[in-house]
Amino acid sequence: MEIGTLTFDATGLYQYSWLLIAIPALSALLLLTFGPLFDRKAHWLGVFASCASCGYALALFYAMLRTGAAERAVDVPVAEWISAGSWTVSFGLQIDQLSILFALLITTVGSIIHIYSVGYMADDPRRRRFFAYLNLFIAAMLLLVLADSYLTLFVGWEGVGLASYLLIGFWQHKPSAAAAAKKAFVMNRIGDLGLTMAMFSMFAWCGSVSFADVFAKVDGIDPGWVTAIGFFLLLAACGKSAQVPLQAWLLDAMEGPTPVSALIHAATMVTAGVYLIVRSNAIYALAPVASVAVVIVALVTIFVGAWIGCSKDDIKKVLAGSTMSQIGYMMLAAGLGALIGPVAYAFAIFHLLTHGCFKANMFLGAGSVMHATDGDVDMRHFGALRKALPVTFLTFACGYLAIIGIPPLAGYFSKDHIVEAAFEYHLGVGLAALIGAGLTAFYMTRLLVMTFFGKARWVEGVHPHESPKIMTIPLILLALASIGAGVALNAWIIDWMAPISAVAGETHAVSWMPTPIGIATLATVALGVLAAIWLFGRCEVPSTPPQTKNPLVIVGRRDVFGDVINDTLVVKPVMALSTAADVVDQSGLDRMWNGLGKGTLALSQLTRKVQTGRVRSYALVTVLGALLVGVLLLIGQLG
Amino acid sequence: MTFPLLTCLGLLPIIGAAILILPVRAAGKWIGLGFALATLGLAAAAVPVYLGDPTALTQTVPWIPAFGAYWALSVDGMGLTMVLLTALLTPLVLFAEWNITGKGTKWTSQAFAALVLLLEGLSLLVFMADDILLFYICFEATLIPMYFLIGGFGGERRSQAALKFLLFGLAGGLIMLVSVVGIGSFSQQAIGAPTYLISQIGVSLSGGSTWAWVLMLCFLAAFILKAPMVPVHTWLPTAAEEATPGSSVLMVGILDKIGTFGMIRICLTLFPVESAAIAPVMIVLALVSIIYGALAAIGSKNLLRLVAYTSVSHFGFMVLGIYTFTSVGLGGTMFYQVNHGFSTAALFLVLGFLIKRRGSANVADYGGVQSQAPILSGALLLAGLSGLALPGMSTFVSEFEVLAGSWSRYPWAAIVAALGTVLAAVYILLMYQRTMTGPATPEVEETITTDLTLKEKLVAFGLAAVVIILGLIPNLALSVITPTAQETLTQIGVADHQAPLGEEVPA
Amino acid sequence: MNPTLLAVVTLAAVLFCIGLVGVLIRRNALIIFMCVELMLNAANLLFVAFAWAHGGLDGQVAAFFVMVVAAAEVVVGLSIIVAVYRARRTTSVDVPDALRL
Repeated sequence: MEIGTLTFDATGLYQYSWLLIAIPALSALLLLTFGPLFDRKAHWLGVFASCASCGYALALFYAMLRTGAAERAVDVPVAEWISAGSWTVSFGLQIDQLSILFALLITTVGSIIHIYSVGYMADDPRRRRFFAYLNLFIAAMLLLVLADSYLTLFVGWEGVGLASYLLIGFWQHKPSAAAAAKKAFVMNRIGDLGLTMAMFSMFAWCGSVSFADVFAKVDGIDPGWVTAIGFFLLLAACGKSAQVPLQAWLLDAMEGPTPVSALIHAATMVTAGVYLIVRSNAIYALAPVASVAVVIVALVTIFVGAWIGCSKDDIKKVLAGSTMSQIGYMMLAAGLGALIGPVAYAFAIFHLLTHGCFKANMFLGAGSVMHATDGDVDMRHFGALRKALPVTFLTFACGYLAIIGIPPLAGYFSKDHIVEAAFEYHLGVGLAALIGAGLTAFYMTRLLVMTFFGKARWVEGVHPHESPKIMTIPLILLALASIGAGVALNAWIIDWMAPISAVAGETHAVSWMPTPIGIATLATVALGVLAAIWLFGRCEVPSTPPQTKNPLVIVGRRDVFGDVINDTLVVKPVMALSTAADVVDQSGLDRMWNGLGKGTLALSQLTRKVQTGRVRSYALVTVLGALLVGVLLLIGQLG
Repeated sequence: MTFPLLTCLGLLPIIGAAILILPVRAAGKWIGLGFALATLGLAAAAVPVYLGDPTALTQTVPWIPAFGAYWALSVDGMGLTMVLLTALLTPLVLFAEWNITGKGTKWTSQAFAALVLLLEGLSLLVFMADDILLFYICFEATLIPMYFLIGGFGGERRSQAALKFLLFGLAGGLIMLVSVVGIGSFSQQAIGAPTYLISQIGVSLSGGSTWAWVLMLCFLAAFILKAPMVPVHTWLPTAAEEATPGSSVLMVGILDKIGTFGMIRICLTLFPVESAAIAPVMIVLALVSIIYGALAAIGSKNLLRLVAYTSVSHFGFMVLGIYTFTSVGLGGTMFYQVNHGFSTAALFLVLGFLIKRRGSANVADYGGVQSQAPILSGALLLAGLSGLALPGMSTFVSEFEVLAGSWSRYPWAAIVAALGTVLAAVYILLMYQRTMTGPATPEVEETITTDLTLKEKLVAFGLAAVVIILGLIPNLALSVITPTAQETLTQIGVADHQAPLGEEVPA
Repeated sequence: MNPTLLAVVTLAAVLFCIGLVGVLIRRNALIIFMCVELMLNAANLLFVAFAWAHGGLDGQVAAFFVMVVAAAEVVVGLSIIVAVYRARRTTSVDVPDALRL
């Protein structure tokens, strides 16, 4: 291939694509093992590894752009992994249109957040570990999206779970952080059951879990089992993407450092569920019931997330609720892919990419606010920060405009497509998506107003100050992406995703001009913004949450009972059972066996009384015994 | 006749133990370690021979011709991996428990080394025995060194724990003796001459009479007691709680494997018809063990007891894999035996380092250790992650195989067992949370002042490295295990599960 | 039955019964000991007698075994008696609780 005067071999680039994963993984290992040798500069190794991976992904992407559409998807076998007799699993990477987009998102947003973290974590004595974990996350996430089989994907899937666990619980001295980390991991494990069961079904039917094999053979699988696999995968997606009913961990995950929330719990990891469903489109195409289930889960989550976003005072939890809700939109599109036409898959990925940019932007903005206010997260203690933090405010505003969908910012295009697709499927679903957009506008405006406008309600001793350049430059980069990503990707992505999103012989026209539905969406958004300004912008916001009898607020503040339900249905029964098991084991079973031993002893106490210690009585008994034996023998002879 | 490698392998540690009877004083532990390493070397030397020709190592010498008993040693893929596991763990345990002495007793590190070596030799002979009488004798004999290891070097109530261990072990052994005697006379009926050679008996006893049931059940009872399954597992938590971590590693990592090993080597191979008939019962037992063990581990208030319960749960997985009658499940169990050995060893030893510092094994006595000893807590997390079968660790591969194998025959069983993997995450992470995270308590700050020493790091991270390497390149072990699993199924005439759409898709 | 054999068997039976009664009714350990020897010799007598009657050697070999075992037993038994006598100044077997736990 000719690029200017440089020549390079694209196959070579593909061949070594495992380096994408290996570089950050190696860096994480180095940081953890030999890190103490260069502790003060260690974070730069982490940044370098992430940027190197990013550079490789960009080069790969460039090579793909230069190749014909047919040759873009390449399967790169790396090694044989498990030979289990009935089946073998090889370790391989699949570089195609879908996975490269994810790789780009992960490495670019990841690198920006790495750089931001250098400033954000500057005072933390364990900064080296933080970067090691971030690198570990980048490696695992890339493995997840680049894998060419479900099992390899699963390694990345649990790997990001581990990284998420380590990073949520990064400040381990805080009991709440440790508990949140454990909760996230365990709830993800429940979701992972779905993925493992899906894989077992695939092995039982196809004898393989590689994407190519499974999708080629999916026609032959019993339809009931295809639907079951669809549901299993949905369970997995619910766990990883914090969809109802496995949503509760995401809010607690905000205990982690804010860059972590931005990278893992907003931009990349939590979208893995959407990736899984889009990747498995061949399965959902044959499982309409499962697809409808995806749509229902998505709709419920859109509202639960928005509900939580509307009622929380913790800035990060509002953003977390918003993330759930926005991923609900992506899941909605992913579910619609099998119901109205595969183009919806492209919409899901489109929204995923734009969301990755603007949500990372806003989370980092929130981090900047926390940095300025000594780590406070309560929006009731903010207010009027736009003057103190001008750069943060402006960049945050870009993200804000993007998420509520003001044209021509990123969110406008990506969300509008999904709302239209929802209307195309069903009027009710469409209306729900529309109302969700209004709610998004409401809670984001509330956040913006409470944080940056109004009067200062700062806690005594807090003197907000703008963050250093190393934090603001990433903010500016992400803000630019929030502004431009929509326009840049709108027309292009549907063509790019053609292998997944196009039906042969059909072209999907992309609208640039607002459609009637688009106008209705904008009107709803405006309504939401006005409502929020009317409620929170006019009067003073109290510094402590006011007592309220409004059931909507009460339920929202309690995370829509997510924790209560988990506690009563799962946690308490399991803990009660485990206490019972411990008691039963030591006081029941073990005592039973001990009792057997004691019984034997007691019996021996009884029988030893025969042992009088008198030799002559022993002799007498012996003689009598011998006589008895003799008599018996005699009787036997006679009989 | 070729060099009797397996005989030397089995006898070398026993000779070492005999030498340690001499009053060598301070050199004792060095001699012990030397013999353990020499055994490891011999075991490693067996690998290329086996890879060249799996039967080259087999050795059969008549022993008691009147009974048909032979000094017969051979290894298959499962035996070889178990031999390697034993040969690797023994020097590691000696190294980790370098300065051990019995509390308030005359037991020295020299005695510890001698007992460990004796145990190693006998275990190796069990794993290599191709003769049931030899298997039985060594099976029973392993109880003796273990009894003294628990009783000599344990905690407060060690003698009680040792006695319980011995009684349960003897009960199993005596039940098994019935079958061992029976094998002699029934093999005479079936083959014409009494024989104890497993390879010679084959499946000739199976399916013929009700006596085959008696023989199989007696063997099975012994193995259930050994690989402790609920409800006869209670000796294990008691023993693990009282024994030193090093002894526990040998007990859980090697000795208990004889249970699952025997189920495959004797119950499955000699009595396939009866084993197939009893499979549903065994699967239910396995599931009960998995869930019950995991729940008890969550509720456990003692760290060592907790690890013992996790092992009860893991043994449930192993038994489940055996009775799926698929090459995937069976191979998974064989691999599981090895992985569990390493992963439990890591957990026990790291917890041992922790307990040695704090002087207590109660979960409630800990909190916030992470800030005092970050490397120790990292090592514990790593060991714990291997216990909860994180992908990338070898334990994941084997657990996945077991579950996939059981899914192809009994999906319901796989679902229940998979719940055990969620509970595994709970018991490991809850234990980590309770001991390592949060603010450090004053007692912890006072007692835990040093992080891992170089020796301790070598032990902990060495084990973790083995688990990770086997997890990334499981074919190191699977390349010998999978063929063995397939051969076992072929020998007993069971058709492996075939995926309906299993044929390769043309690329 | 051969009359000679009958006589020998009768003799053995009588000797055995004398020994048995001696063991049961006497208190002195030494006397009991001698009575046990008497019983053993009665048994030996039978061994030899039947071996003679059947023309085989098994019984004679068994008799030798019994003699060897009896000799060993005497050694152990007498030493115990001596030890007990030293400790208790008596050879009566009715000293209570000597064998009790």
